[in-house]
Amino acid sequence: MNRSLRKLAIGVAAMAAMGLSSGAMAQEKVNLGVSIPAATHSFTAGVVWWSNQAKAELEKAHPNLKVTVKTSSGAPEQANQLQDLLTVNRINALVIMPFESASLTQPVAQLKKKGVYVTVVDRGLTDTSAQDAYVSGDNTAFGRLAAEYLVKKLNGKGDIVALRGIATTLDNERMDAFNAVIKKHPDIKLLDARYGNWNRDDAFKVMQDYLTRFKHIDAVWAADDDMAFGVLKAIEQAKRTDIKEVFGGAGAKGMVKTIIDGSNPLIQADVSYSPKFIYDAIKLTAEARLKGEKLPETTIIPSVLITKENAKDFYFPDSPF
Amino acid sequence: MQPEQSSLPEAPAAHAGGRAGRHAAPSWRGRLHGLGPVAGLVLLCIAGTLLNSSFADIDNIMNVLTRTAFIGIISVGMCFVIISGGIDLSVGSMAALIAGSMILVMNAMTAFALAPMLVIVLGMLFALALGALLGLAHGLLITRGRIEPFIVTLGTLGIFRAYLTYLSDGGAITLNMDVSDAYSPVYYGILLGIPVPVWVFIAIALLGGLVLNRTAFGRYVQAIGSNEQVARYAAVNVDKTKTLTYVLLGMCVGIATVLYVPRLGSASPTTGLLWELEAIAAVIVGGTALKGGAGTMTGTVVGAILLSVIGNILNLTSIISVYLNAAVQGFVIIIVAFLQRRRS
Repeated sequence: MNRSLRKLAIGVAAMAAMGLSSGAMAQEKVNLGVSIPAATHSFTAGVVWWSNQAKAELEKAHPNLKVTVKTSSGAPEQANQLQDLLTVNRINALVIMPFESASLTQPVAQLKKKGVYVTVVDRGLTDTSAQDAYVSGDNTAFGRLAAEYLVKKLNGKGDIVALRGIATTLDNERMDAFNAVIKKHPDIKLLDARYGNWNRDDAFKVMQDYLTRFKHIDAVWAADDDMAFGVLKAIEQAKRTDIKEVFGGAGAKGMVKTIIDGSNPLIQADVSYSPKFIYDAIKLTAEARLKGEKLPETTIIPSVLITKENAKDFYFPDSPF
Repeated sequence: MQPEQSSLPEAPAAHAGGRAGRHAAPSWRGRLHGLGPVAGLVLLCIAGTLLNSSFADIDNIMNVLTRTAFIGIISVGMCFVIISGGIDLSVGSMAALIAGSMILVMNAMTAFALAPMLVIVLGMLFALALGALLGLAHGLLITRGRIEPFIVTLGTLGIFRAYLTYLSDGGAITLNMDVSDAYSPVYYGILLGIPVPVWVFIAIALLGGLVLNRTAFGRYVQAIGSNEQVARYAAVNVDKTKTLTYVLLGMCVGIATVLYVPRLGSASPTTGLLWELEAIAAVIVGGTALKGGAGTMTGTVVGAILLSVIGNILNLTSIISVYLNAAVQGFVIIIVAFLQRRRS
């Protein structure tokens, strides 16, 4: 019973896939599915907002394009959604920001096998043959630009404390890139780097303890704009005046606004790592597929140093991030 | 056969220490039993001072106590709920929801050009009322609805946080600047050398101890926790008492939130994350039985302080890999729980 059911299911799926690919060829319509994490913190909220922004703009510009945005709150739900996108929404292209690399590789590979063009965003799959293209932010530049800026600001001499996010490959890449620059400057000392879990409250506590432990700090690499917020509050409370610069990261709108207004002397620069990369990925995929073209295997959306001069280009007041 | 087997591993030690050693062991343990959390805290503080002399700085101690205030105040309420045999898993989410709603209400009032002071007072009352209301909902669902407290509060754990995420669009809800400035002394203010949140924590803990040990309600709570049936036969209004413990906890969460909001002036989906586990751990580490019946307010307060001291010491030293922070916390909790375990 079970076996015959499974055979039937495979048969139906195969037929659907055949129907899909031939249909796509005949009409050259692109039916694009977008699968992203649900908005549980400001960054993912930004991802959702930019996805919907891309859908609105691109569907208006291209009548042959249909974009379906689906959010999910975990890896298993995302895997189920991929199946729905194929069978119910009949997509022939997919842009996915996977929750986890390992557990979503197989579900994505299944879709690709059925002729769906797959673009993976931010977190790569463990088996890269399951994807056609990969679009991501630049985590190395995220750490490198921060370190270079701080070194320059301190004239190559001073004490820095750093905060880290959550133990992930992404966080390690940023930290390694930061360390690589700092190592080249023997007079710059990285006193410690602790996890603030990318949230304000934990960053506040970690910074309070840094202030207790180190009587002199020249600069803080908060490594995230939310964490920078907590860091600033802790410095304010301790009334410490030795700290010259707090460097966040990601380019949240509140932080960019602070840089534009020059309202906090400690905040002079930031580095971009915007959830807008999902917008870029959707746009690149949709436009390439409409012409029947392919994307380059890897596209890195560069992280850029944000200062007062260029800050207005990174300020999106309507986005939640 | 059995007793011999179980005493086998101890045999060499017994020989070495002689008879006196064997007698001393249980009484040493017996004495530690009640003092477990306090002993643990004292040992940790000594260790902390040895590792980094800044640990004993008055500023650091005040930082730790202020930080403890949120969890500490919630633990006082949690202590009542657990002693009565219940549990509340939703307090972290509840704090987040109250913080978010409170900020939205205060911002809305500012739009009507009310004076900041009035906005703050009304906001605080709103937070307390909302906490009491959510607690009442828990209590009624548990007593009248006859649903297990674990399930009710597991449900609301998700509901409360989801609503906050919805209200904040996944981002942060930020308090109006002027109100925020006027409100900040509630967290950052210092009275007679002690930060305001610590005063509030002391007051709530003393009040909690008084209610638990010196009032009829406190005795009912303990009676229900040790044997609900017997309490019922003794004409204790079990449903009412249980519901009240949840209302009390809700108000404690409200008070904690009132202190929390001025710290960062914002609420986000990460607000109050895992507070429920910290509060429950504080109560249990403090010597209250998870199955209810018995517990002390002093133990709870010490338990709450102990938990934040661990994190503080880890931040002040770098002898242990940052990857192992959570493990150290786990080890200390288990060791302290071992020191104060009840002999059956």
